[in-house]
Amino acid sequence: MKQKEISVAEFFEKNKHILGYSNPAKALITCVKEAVDNSLDACEEAGILPDILVKIFRVGKNYRIIVEDNGPGIEKEEIPKVFGKLLYGSRFHTIKQSRGQQGIGISSAVLYAQISTGKPAKILSKVEGEDAYEIELFINTKKNEPEIVSEKKVEWYAPHGTRIELEIVGSYVKEKKQSVYEYLRQTSIVNPHARITLIEPDGTIHEFKRISNVPPQPPKEIKPHPHGIELGTLLNMLKYTKHRDLKSFLKKEFVRVGDRIAEEIVQKAGLSGNADPKKLSRDEAEKLLEAFKLTSLLPPPTDCLSPIGEDLIKRSLLEEFKPEFVFATTRKPKVYSGHPFLIEVGIAYGGEIREEKVKILRFANKIPLLYQQGGCALTKAVESVNWKSYGISQNKGELPQAPMVILIHLASTNVPYTSESKEAVASIPEIVEELRLALQEAGRKLREYLERKSRIERKKKKESELFKIIPLLAEKVSEVLEREVPDYEKVVARIMGSVYISRSVFAEDGRNFAVLKIANYSKYRRKFKVYEMSSGDIKAEKKVGNSAIFEVELMPEEEVEIKYEFTGKLINKKPLVEGLSEDEIIGGEVVSF
Amino acid sequence: MKYEREALASLLKILERIYDQMSRGEVPEIDIATRTKYNIEFDEKSEVWVYGDRRSTRSAKTVRGAYMLLRMAYVIGFLKEQLKANKSSTLRELYYISENWGMAKFDEQAESDRLIEDLEILTSFQREHFRIRPEEDGATVIGPLRIRENTRRGVREIHCQDDVGEGGYQIPVNVDNIEFVDHDADFVIAVETGGMRDRLVENGFDEKFRAIVVHLKGQPARSTRRLLKRLNTELGLPVVVFTDGDPWSYRIYASVAYGSIKAAHLSEYLATPSAMFVGIRPSDIVKYDLPSDKLTDKDIQALKAILTDPRFDTEFWRSEINLQLELGKKSEQQALAKYGLDYVTDVYLPERLTELGVLK
Repeated sequence: MKQKEISVAEFFEKNKHILGYSNPAKALITCVKEAVDNSLDACEEAGILPDILVKIFRVGKNYRIIVEDNGPGIEKEEIPKVFGKLLYGSRFHTIKQSRGQQGIGISSAVLYAQISTGKPAKILSKVEGEDAYEIELFINTKKNEPEIVSEKKVEWYAPHGTRIELEIVGSYVKEKKQSVYEYLRQTSIVNPHARITLIEPDGTIHEFKRISNVPPQPPKEIKPHPHGIELGTLLNMLKYTKHRDLKSFLKKEFVRVGDRIAEEIVQKAGLSGNADPKKLSRDEAEKLLEAFKLTSLLPPPTDCLSPIGEDLIKRSLLEEFKPEFVFATTRKPKVYSGHPFLIEVGIAYGGEIREEKVKILRFANKIPLLYQQGGCALTKAVESVNWKSYGISQNKGELPQAPMVILIHLASTNVPYTSESKEAVASIPEIVEELRLALQEAGRKLREYLERKSRIERKKKKESELFKIIPLLAEKVSEVLEREVPDYEKVVARIMGSVYISRSVFAEDGRNFAVLKIANYSKYRRKFKVYEMSSGDIKAEKKVGNSAIFEVELMPEEEVEIKYEFTGKLINKKPLVEGLSEDEIIGGEVVSF
Repeated sequence: MKYEREALASLLKILERIYDQMSRGEVPEIDIATRTKYNIEFDEKSEVWVYGDRRSTRSAKTVRGAYMLLRMAYVIGFLKEQLKANKSSTLRELYYISENWGMAKFDEQAESDRLIEDLEILTSFQREHFRIRPEEDGATVIGPLRIRENTRRGVREIHCQDDVGEGGYQIPVNVDNIEFVDHDADFVIAVETGGMRDRLVENGFDEKFRAIVVHLKGQPARSTRRLLKRLNTELGLPVVVFTDGDPWSYRIYASVAYGSIKAAHLSEYLATPSAMFVGIRPSDIVKYDLPSDKLTDKDIQALKAILTDPRFDTEFWRSEINLQLELGKKSEQQALAKYGLDYVTDVYLPERLTELGVLK
């Protein structure tokens, strides 16, 4: 039988929709995304804080995309393989939480550029301590091999890093749900350790700041778990294994398989433990897979997952949306069908978020999911939560209506997408349940906040009304009775539960005296300092220059009188008080030194 | 004038208390009898329902209480100026005057009306002593009664059958300004609706049965209740009340006979404890097979509220109200027209009044 060689060009054409190049707008975003993902992964592995520049500009009818990073750089020999060969990459046989799409990513962008404009990709890279090289290359679509157009040593200002330039047919969309800007913004939210700069075709510059100086722990690689493996992968593993007998293959290539379990699996599969794994037929491999399912195993270890973390999610949301309330939760890792996963949820509410419509930010392994929001299990989980019980309006089964941003991050060694295009997460009961729990936790915290807020608002409103009414009452009563207006500040202090301070001045035998009356009408013990300033002198034990300092400590309902002699005039209109906040004192002026 | 000066002094005393409290640095507050059905009790001596010992405190600690005190200060200030200027005003005018009081302005007339009642309770004076008049017109009287009234055009003597038209004699706001000269009546019948009053007059009920027919016009004004009280105590005439057969009408009867909850401080002055209820009774709906309407949810609620109202805590009312709840029906006075226009004067009232011992 004659084997027909399928060219990568044909492969690309057939899988355009899966790879993210179905239309010009999406193609441009995908090119940026592949390059940025690559940069972030490279920096993460090298423990470098990423500094990424994305510049897009028009060249005639085409767009030129430049993505530059401060990553570790790529050895000159590796450059053609990384950028000029599809399915090249080290990730294919390992199991870990990663952004990349198994080695297709950046080379697909190179291929798209070459197919759409006929222009080669230009890559500049420098490894620390070595020379910088600039290489222009095509992909030979028949052989799936890089074809170098030019190669030269260049001077580069950076100590290390990589820059890729692509010229593509595309379309640049501004400020839409699906745009380069939105993609980078969301990327920066879940990568707070990265600084990303975007220069748009019209010259607008956006900078997404770095708000954490700690690079995340790179995810650990783990061996696959028998419950999470597919036939194709198993066949591949069998084919390439170094181990000579089936039993040691099982023990060494999988997690949670020991001697006893390996024996059990082999028996259940009706195979021999000494069989050569390389010689297993497809039928036998299927039997092995069946035996995996029939064997109960410990769940896979979950320490291989790399969450963003509650603190960073909160800081990112605060930085990006300037909300009045923010909350984040990172759930404990769980397992579905042999794959570890964990859910993180962040909520930002109010403040500068004005739109009364919930914005959902979905992330899978720290990659923003911009498309197919409606068809995604993560969105459906948000809809399935009863937000009304958290004080948020919602039509049943729809997204809640509130000035709110909900961030959802699903981290897993195997994100269950609904389709190859990897735009929406499939409805896996374990994942949906975890997400609902996280959302409910966030909802409860939000409700607590909203209740506290309305309590404080009510109290404030009450205070401001009483502050107006009590003086009016005092004035009116005095007017009708034709008497002097009484000192009502004490009354206000009592109502508000504040500390009340008043000063009266009198002269005796040609000497000036002042009396401070201080009363604590709060429910708490109060300790503070009172300052009095005179143009002349004040007789007091503690002084700074011409100011007297009185230290006061009062139990609830306790009152004290402080009498002092002074010369000249008192400068401060009201006694100055340090150590109490504005709402804790009446009759004095709050200062802090 | 003497009463008015005393009333003013009493009003100012309220403010003095507030002033003193504030001068002492205390949160101003006043104590006032609680005005709910849970705080009215039967006064054996006067046989009317008056406020009990329960008191509620209006304190400036709460925004509501502070507003109330502020408004009270403004109202007292206004009453003081009014007395000085020798003027008077109506409840409605007071409400509109408050428009200029900034934060002390009333949101609705019910609030200012209530505040005047509060002042009556606090001072034990009546609003007339503050020179505040109701704008409601008193109801009408027709029957064999001669009165003498001090009018602006001098003293008039009026016979409430011979000297008036079909509309009857209009009761003035201040009933204490009229004098009863003589009468030929055996009893007084107070009628809730205008339609039924007109029916009784057209059928010559007042002449035939020597009755004074008083129109209540729904929930009766103070002046109407005061007149009934005076007819009862000064002329010794029995008073009967004839209303529709629904919970709202029973309350009308209660306010005539027992005193109202809102103005229980004036019960002794306004209530006629011996007033008897003619109907329509729920049992009449059955007995006379009257056309009826279904009770609404609100009716049912009101009936249930009546069951917990101490004024209605008698065997008669308990069984009638429970019967009505069972029937789920209510009937109007005019439902008696089912049997002809004369049925009410020829059959129903003579029967009922005989049962009550008013007709021999």
